[in-house]
Formats: sequence, C-alpha cells, structure tokens
Amino acid sequence: MDLATLLLLSSGLFLGWSLGANDAANVFGAAVGTRMIRFFTAAFVCSVFIIAGAVVSGAGAADTLGRLGTVDRQAGAFTCALAAGFTVYYMTKWGLPVSTSQAIVGAIVGWNLFSGSPTDTATFVTIVSTWVLCPVLAGVIAVPLFVATRRFLHWANLHLLRADALTRYALLFAGAFGAYSLGANNIANVMGVFVEVSPFAALSLHGGYTLTSAQQLFLLGAIAIAVGVVTYSKRVMFTVGSGIVPMSPVAAWAVVIAHSIVLFVFASEGLERLLATHGLPTIPLVPVSSSQAIVGAVIGLGLMRGGRDIDWRLVRNIGFGWFTTPIIAGLVCFTALFFVQNVFDQPVYREKRFSMSIEVLNRLGESTIVTEELAALKDREFAGAAAFLDAFRERADASAAAERRALALSEVGDFRIDEAHIYRIEEGRLSPHQIEAIEELAGARFRYRWVFAEALAAHTDEWAYLPDSPFNKRYNKQLRRQLEYMFRHFDRQNDRRRTGSGP
Amino acid sequence: MYLRKITHLFGGTRALEDQIEEFFDKVTEAGLVFEKAVAIYLAEGVNGTYDDFLDQEREIESREDALRRSIKSDLFARTLIPDLRADVMTMLEDTDGIVNMFQANLFRLSIQQPEIPAEFHAGFRDLAETVIKCVESAVLAARAFFRDMRAVRDHATRTIFLESEADKLSTRLQRAVFSSDLPLERKMHIRYFIERIDDIANEAEDLVDSLQIYTIKRRD
Repeated sequence: MDLATLLLLSSGLFLGWSLGANDAANVFGAAVGTRMIRFFTAAFVCSVFIIAGAVVSGAGAADTLGRLGTVDRQAGAFTCALAAGFTVYYMTKWGLPVSTSQAIVGAIVGWNLFSGSPTDTATFVTIVSTWVLCPVLAGVIAVPLFVATRRFLHWANLHLLRADALTRYALLFAGAFGAYSLGANNIANVMGVFVEVSPFAALSLHGGYTLTSAQQLFLLGAIAIAVGVVTYSKRVMFTVGSGIVPMSPVAAWAVVIAHSIVLFVFASEGLERLLATHGLPTIPLVPVSSSQAIVGAVIGLGLMRGGRDIDWRLVRNIGFGWFTTPIIAGLVCFTALFFVQNVFDQPVYREKRFSMSIEVLNRLGESTIVTEELAALKDREFAGAAAFLDAFRERADASAAAERRALALSEVGDFRIDEAHIYRIEEGRLSPHQIEAIEELAGARFRYRWVFAEALAAHTDEWAYLPDSPFNKRYNKQLRRQLEYMFRHFDRQNDRRRTGSGP
Repeated sequence: MYLRKITHLFGGTRALEDQIEEFFDKVTEAGLVFEKAVAIYLAEGVNGTYDDFLDQEREIESREDALRRSIKSDLFARTLIPDLRADVMTMLEDTDGIVNMFQANLFRLSIQQPEIPAEFHAGFRDLAETVIKCVESAVLAARAFFRDMRAVRDHATRTIFLESEADKLSTRLQRAVFSSDLPLERKMHIRYFIERIDDIANEAEDLVDSLQIYTIKRRD
C-alpha cells in the first residue's frame, strides 16, 4: 500500500481508531472495569473478533450507506470520513451524546447536497428509524434475557466460585460476540464511504478464497479499530465499568448480549437470507450506535425494576443527538468539501451529466407514462442530478422509484472500449469470462451506462444481474461494484475532467 | 493451551471450594471440641484429658488459620469474585474470630481455673451447648452463602434465635450466681466466664448479620 492510499484512507482510519477507543468499552467495559476479565485478554479477544466481524459480515450495513449516497471520488470519501471523525471528536469533547453511525450518515447527506446528488429518501427513513429502534430493541431483548438467566442461575444453584468462573466465560463470550457484531455493523461507518472508490483489487488467497476489494478495506478499518482498542480503550473501560449504573455481572452479561444481538441483527446478511427463506420480513442492514444499544438495554433493565434509577436526562440527550449529530456532521462535511474542492483543488465528486435520448424515453416508457411534455426533454443535457430532476419533476408526476429509474437511465458518459484500456484493467477485479465479454466489445462506444451494461450482459451471464432478492443480494452487489469500476475505467469524460480539458 | 487453561480454572475453583469447605469444617470441629472440654472441666477440672482437648483446639485453630491465608491469597492472586471478594474476606476473618474465641476461653479456663460450684454446672453445660448450636447454625449460613444463597436467611434466623436463647441462659445463670452465698470475687470470676462464653454466640450473630447484607448485595 503506497503513501497516497494511506493518506486517502487516513480519515477513515482515524474514525476507526476513535471507534475502537470508545466502543470497545461497550462490550468489555463491565467485565474489565469490575476486574472479571483482564484488560489484555479483553483487548485481544475484542480485536480478533472485531476484525472477523468486519471482514466476514461487514458488507451488509456498508451497502445501505452506499444506497444513501455513493461517494464517487476519493477526496470526497476522505472528506466525509474526516467530517464525521471531527464531529464525533468535538461532540464527545463537549460532553454531547454522539454516534459514529449518525455522524457518517450526516456527512454522506452533506456530500449529496454538495454534489447535487439526490438522497434516497426511503433509505434515509429506514436508517433513521433504526436509530430509534436500536435502543428500544436492545431494552426489549435485555429484559427477558436477564430474567431467564437469573432464573437459570437460581435453578442451577451453583457454588459462588463456580458461578464466578462461569460468569467470566459468559462475559468473555458476550464480549467476543459483541466485538464481532460491532465489527460487522460499525465497519460501515469507518470504511463504508470508501467502498466505491476502493484502491484495492480483489485478492485471491490459497484455498480458492477471494478477499474482495471491500473486504480488504474492512480489514484495514478493523485493524484501525483494534489499534484503538489496544491503545486507548483501557481508561474508557475502567470509567464505564465503575461509572455507569452499578450492575451485577449477570445484568452486565444480559446488557452486552442484548446489545450484540441488536448490532448483529442489523448487520447480518446470513440472517437476512434465513428470514427470506422462511418467507419472513427481512430486517434492514444499517449501522447503528453501539453506545445507544447499551444504554437502551440498561434502561430496559431499569424499567423492569420500576424505573426509579433511570437517568431520563440521558434518554432525552440521546433523542437530541439523533437530530443534532447528523445535522452538525452534514454541515461540517458540506463546508469541508467546499474547501477541499476550491482551496486544495481536489475533485470531491464526479460531475454527472444527464440526457434523455429517444432510447432512454422508450426504455422509460416501459415502466412510466411518458407524456408529451416529458418527451420535450429529449436530447437536452443537464449538469448534475438536481438540475435534471427539477426539469423532470416539472413535466412528470412520477413516483420516487420512477425518478430514480429515469435518473439511472439518463446518466451519460463517453465509454470507449479500446485495447489500451482493456489492457489496463486491474488484475483480480473481473472474472476471465467478464474480460472476454469486454474484449468482444473492443472498438465499441457507448453513451449510456445501461446500454454498455446490457451489451456486456448480452455476451455473458456473468455480466447480468440476478433477480432482486435477498439470496442474490451479495452477487448483485459485487456485480454493481464491478460495473461501477468499468464505468469509471472506460469513461473518457472522466479522463477529460481529470486532465482539465473540455469535451 | 487455552483448553488446558479452562480446565485449570475449573479445577482450581474446585480445589478452592474444597478449602473453603474444610475451613468451615474446622469451625464446627472447634465448637465440638470446646463443648467437650467445658464438660470435662466442669466434671474433672484441668487434667490430661482437658489438655488433650486444648491441644486439639490449638491444632484446629492453626490449620484453620493456614486455610484462611491460603483462601485469601488464592482469591487475590486469581482475582476471583472481584465484586464479593472484600465481603468474603471479612466473613472469613469473622469466622476465624469465633475459633479464636473458643481457643482463648479454653486457655483462660486452663490458666485461671475458676471454681464453679456443682449447682451451676448444668447451666454452664446448657449455655455451652446453645452457643455451639448457634455457631453451627452460623456456619451453615456461611456455607449457604457460597452454595445456596436462598438458605442463608433460614440459617440466619435460627442463629439469631439461638443467640437470644444463649443470652437468656447467660442472664439466668448470672442471676443464680449472684443470688448464691459465694464471695463476691468468686461471683465476679464465674460471671466473667459466663460472659466470655456468651460472647461467642454474639460473634456468631454478628457474622450472620453481615452475611444477610452480603446476600442482599449478591442478589442480581
């Protein structure tokens, strides 16, 4: 990895470090603070499981962030992560409740506003609703878990020392599960914005296993989290262990397990597939706040005991943070993007152009009523999604989904498939069949992304999307990333913008 | 390696459990020896048999001290029961105090050899017997704190009842002593021993009072 790549990812790594320093206390704070588990053991287990969770299960929540806004320039991704990192740092310093998940969402929306990209309202609503759902769900899970565990212990009637030994292992297991869930769910906050602009190609390992570009990013982010755990979490753990409501080891166990279940549920693609297999509604995969899940679980147990010990000011502050954190992060990101673009002269987003040709209108007509007014937009070119959507909305009363479709169909580029560019495709990015399909298109030129994609799919199924379902989600996501890479790689408009020459 | 560590942890726990059990066994044993020694003293005075009991009590106290130190060091070295360690340490110290009282009283009898008239022997025997029952009940409460927390209350209730019985016996015996024709110095000497024996029951009651607080703290 070269210095430029490291510099590009540094803001995300900083975010990862601060996440490790703060959130490891959520999973091991009670155990280490009460000296049930040594810090060294906790830090080791926590680091290993955070890395495992991030690499194995981190993709789901990251994908949702990608749907909220696809940050398509490395400088843009750097700025988003930096804005989120600074928001978290300063809000923590000022004693305000803050969550990395909320900060990064605010930063992405800030990027959307700056770049004129539309924010997917449905995804935004899903994300915000999970912020509220997360502590509530943690509380709801913690109560029966605690009651059942207490009953079991009363029934088992273990010797105090044996119960102590069992509690240690239970806390270690809960911490490991918590760390895995934290890695799986929160890696999206750390590295999610870099996924689309990842500098890594897929890496084939021994035994036929491939480490995708996103997984390599997640591995790096998870290592940053682990460094945060090892270097800085000790103090936080001792503060949490003795500072929060005094809890018995069993209550601490129930709280950590409830937190871990919530984070896992909001991150697991496997669970999503399992629910879909049984015809059950799936749960959105969204990065949620680890601290708020813990607080939710503690409040749940507090309510069970009559609610006298609950610090309602803390609850109010969390609710307050749901609004303030994304707004502050969004504003910081917007301002920072302005400086990065105009002072440091770095492109922070890809300038997109939109135009509706007759073929676009025909394709759009398959799902939307194309009025005469809308047809009048034919061949007019718009700079930026916002300008295009304004014109589209003036002439068509279409649903949000239809708008998204029109936007996707109308994005133009200058895709020229030449030998030189085919030769420069990074190794490991595409399969041999996919490359063959590109070679067969040598010499072709496309104006629209979808036409290019369809031409590729006509040559091999490996370029074709599978029907949209939770089972095919991973495959389609990988294909989408490969297509995004192809569009960036062959788009001459990009080249011209990079070199500063006009069309 | 890790598996071995797990097995070691549970193995180590079991060894420590055994040590704690043996510690409480020694307290019960010390009580029984005390009761027999008092009976011998009342019947025969200080003689070879009494000295044997005194030696036995000394050995029990010494073994019990060694066990207490070993348990204490194990609890600290392996950072076991961090939330309850201080309470358990205090409980062990308090229990050790009871054994020390048994031994000290036997020594006092051996050194001071108070003359106790036969009319008070039954009262002394009853007092000693009730005190021993009270201590045994406190030991059961202490064992229950480790093994069956719900039973602590039952044993504590019994201990408190027996302590109150011991108080009644002590008062009755003191009244009888002071109503007798004995010279005042002998009355005061006998009263001293009645109070020292009764103090053992008070110590047992203090132990279960603390145990009940520790139990409330241990509740989840």
